[in-house]
Amino acid sequence: MALINYSSKEINCKIVYYGPGLGGKTTNIKHIYSKVNPDNRGKLMSLDTELDRTLFFDFLPVDLGTVKGFSVHFHLYTVPGQIYYNASRKLILKGVDGLIFVADSQIERFEDNIDSIENLDDNLAEYNKKAEEIPLAIQYNKRDLPNIVSLNELEDALNPRGVFSCEGVATEGIGVFEPLKEVSKKVLRKLR
Amino acid sequence: MPDEKAETFEDEFQTIKDNLEELCRETKSLSVLLIDKAGQLITSAGNVSSIDIPSFATLSAADFAATSNLADLIGEHDFSTLFHQGEKKSIYVSLIADKVILAVIFTKETTLGLVRIKVKKTAEKLGSLFEKIFRTLESEYSGAVDDDFINEAETELDSLFE
Repeated sequence: MALINYSSKEINCKIVYYGPGLGGKTTNIKHIYSKVNPDNRGKLMSLDTELDRTLFFDFLPVDLGTVKGFSVHFHLYTVPGQIYYNASRKLILKGVDGLIFVADSQIERFEDNIDSIENLDDNLAEYNKKAEEIPLAIQYNKRDLPNIVSLNELEDALNPRGVFSCEGVATEGIGVFEPLKEVSKKVLRKLR
Repeated sequence: MPDEKAETFEDEFQTIKDNLEELCRETKSLSVLLIDKAGQLITSAGNVSSIDIPSFATLSAADFAATSNLADLIGEHDFSTLFHQGEKKSIYVSLIADKVILAVIFTKETTLGLVRIKVKKTAEKLGSLFEKIFRTLESEYSGAVDDDFINEAETELDSLFE
């Protein structure tokens, strides 16, 4: 749950980018880092391997500013996508308020997307949380590549809840802010 | 949230802050930070101006979470404290009420033994207070903000994430 600190008048919300390895989660967060006004964001921290694969997480704090006397902060995290880093993934989901699932649209990654979204449900269940209780948006990334699954097929496989989804080309910043905005708003509305 | 409740929180947070300041003073530490397990700073004492607080809080929580899992792998429930020794500065991390992480940053001005004893004393004092706060937070959580807040926050979000 988002942490409301009544003493320092702060609201902190944790948003996690989830999805299969090499799907573009880190690219999303790097684009956000490059586009958000430097006054509104902190340092982008990456705990990755020598080969630039996320080992533990990437972390970017973004400040919304002061709203009605409360200073509102969003903490954006990515998880490592590779299957064998599940222990790290589970840890990062602790206290999650909102989720953005970054799917890889390439045909050869279709199954990996399904495995990853099932893994998300399993990991949330370990915290006694259900995926449908947490605001979620889906980005179908890499839509610029030639060898991709149709949008309908992806929606059928990954979005039975009918949550907000959009096409993305994270390397060019396309479809990066839409899911973030959608999830952030839902997280705040849940405080009501 | 009704004003009365907010005031109760203010009082409790002040007690927490007083305890942290006392700990910082008695151990001659540089700073003391209280962080929740999701990696968000609750409050701090001492000099934190040179610390990148969001990064520190996030890494402390991740550090604790990772070592808890390591403990699990060898059949331990948890490692209740962590110690990172540096050449000039060190960090002592302890868990309070199973939910909150207390991190003390100190130099050679003080000793690990003193920090350990004083942290234990502070953890005992704050433990029951935190149990109470978390119970209240869970029961009073809904209705924390109103429609005006949501509308204004959404406008800000639209301009921030253009």
